[in-house]
Amino acid sequence: MTDAMVEARAVRKSYNGVVVLREVDLTVVRGEVTCLIGPSGSGKSTLLRCINHLEKHDAGELRVDGQLVGYQARGGKLYERNDREICAERARIGMVFQKFNLFQHLTVLENITIGLVKVLKIDPETARRRARELLERVGLPDKEKNYPSQISGGQQQRVAIARALAMDPKLMLFDEPTSALDPELVGEVLDVMKDLARSGMTMIVVTHEINFAREVANTVYFLDGGVIEESGAPKDLFSAPKSERLRTFLSKVL
Amino acid sequence: MTSGDGNDLTVVPVRHVGRWVGAFVALVAVAMLVHTLLSKVPSGTFICRTVAGVRHCRPRLEWRFFWNTVFHYFTSAEILHGLVTTIELTVLAMAVGIVLGVVVAIMRRSTSRLLSGTAWTYTWFFRGTPVYAQLLFWFNITALYKVITLGVPFVNVTFFSLNLNAFFTPFHTALVAFGLNEGAYMSEIARSGLLAVDEGQTEAASSLGMTRSQTLRFVVLPQAMRVIIPPTGNEVISMLKTTSLAASVSLTELLGAATNISANNFEVMQLLIVAGLWYLIVTTVLSIGQFYLERHFARGALRTPPPTPIERLRRDLHGILVKFPSRHVAAARR
Repeated sequence: MTDAMVEARAVRKSYNGVVVLREVDLTVVRGEVTCLIGPSGSGKSTLLRCINHLEKHDAGELRVDGQLVGYQARGGKLYERNDREICAERARIGMVFQKFNLFQHLTVLENITIGLVKVLKIDPETARRRARELLERVGLPDKEKNYPSQISGGQQQRVAIARALAMDPKLMLFDEPTSALDPELVGEVLDVMKDLARSGMTMIVVTHEINFAREVANTVYFLDGGVIEESGAPKDLFSAPKSERLRTFLSKVL
Repeated sequence: MTSGDGNDLTVVPVRHVGRWVGAFVALVAVAMLVHTLLSKVPSGTFICRTVAGVRHCRPRLEWRFFWNTVFHYFTSAEILHGLVTTIELTVLAMAVGIVLGVVVAIMRRSTSRLLSGTAWTYTWFFRGTPVYAQLLFWFNITALYKVITLGVPFVNVTFFSLNLNAFFTPFHTALVAFGLNEGAYMSEIARSGLLAVDEGQTEAASSLGMTRSQTLRFVVLPQAMRVIIPPTGNEVISMLKTTSLAASVSLTELLGAATNISANNFEVMQLLIVAGLWYLIVTTVLSIGQFYLERHFARGALRTPPPTPIERLRRDLHGILVKFPSRHVAAARR
């Protein structure tokens, strides 16, 4: 077992001829927090979605926990994995979305237990106990009976984090988790994420929160136009940006 | 209410003149309708009495709308039997229609052109021809096939064989015709429901490791139901009435039973009213059921569910009591 949780080598992706990712290389070390920053349309979200195979990459090698994403190499050929295998892969990768995407017809508690019960086949009583522990952890012990539409955006996002954590993931992906929130609600979500980072969870966070990246990230990748322009430890990257593009980007967001 | 300088001012509500005129016209129309429904007309016979050697005669009056005949036939065995057949046919045809509709709607979303094309063609055909024509088609299907057989071609192996003459009883004919027709309409309703569920819901389900069928069953369909239920309620009510066409393939459903009776006693109007009243009663029951179903599937989508009719009635009554304070309410306020 290597110490890399995610390894991307020359990953490419295009939609209808428009290139979104070209030759992206990235290494995410186990137990570390990696932030992806960059202007919109730079391919950050697409890269994230390729990692749990919500999008198929076109070329290059993408490995999670040593396994190729979406394929299996056998006898010099790549065999596409079937639905069931892909689902099993995804179940161990948590994902948090910009728009929360909580299941609107289920209560907060049911949102967290549904994956446990239906995917991991855990009995409902144990699932509920685990869900309550997680709600406690994200600071929402009294909201279990509410529907998502009845709680604030920040609370919804914390429930979404709890839902992902319930599956006991080895890797957590965050796709702009605070971009859809009112400014005063951003802090509560970032606090939960900081807690999670301290607990040793491997995290990849697409974000515009430069302060969060500076404080929490072990490595920051700056993407622009589908390529990684620059990467490194946040203190080097933010205090002494090498590329002109990163300097321009930072001057706009800071 | 107080004005800015602290003086008490009386609030004068806006007068809605148009609304009052409209309400008055509606009231007159309702009164006329009730009057004519309950009016009596001379029957053509007379009631005569002899008082002190003098014969007094006056015309015998009867209900203009034959209420006593209507009442007599309302619960007759033949009508009730027809009613049961109508309800059975409606329920079964809708069940066939809903299952077919959901399957076809899911096929329409398939990435396989063959599957989505097949689904499209099905909808195109069954929505594009009159349901009455389809009913007659299935009634006469034995002109095309006497027996259908499922087996291996060119070899004498048969898995399944169906004698169509025996199968297509009037009830089965109507069930096949209405079920297939309904499937085409339901598929469009189900498709709009599936489209109404945000893509993000599917992505979230996938990211939890749910398979496509789990995502559909546990996440997408339950949310699509909110969009699917109201038009489906309409379809059930519409189906209830469409089943009356089956009288033409000699199925004795509600309207068929009514016309059978009136063919013998010529009391056409009376029996049409009987059938009409039964259709209205069943429709009313269905509408109530639809209301509660909608409420159930709207959970999570609305912060506060709509009031039940009983809650609304209570609120209206309360509103009236407040508007016209009786001594009772005034006392309670004090």
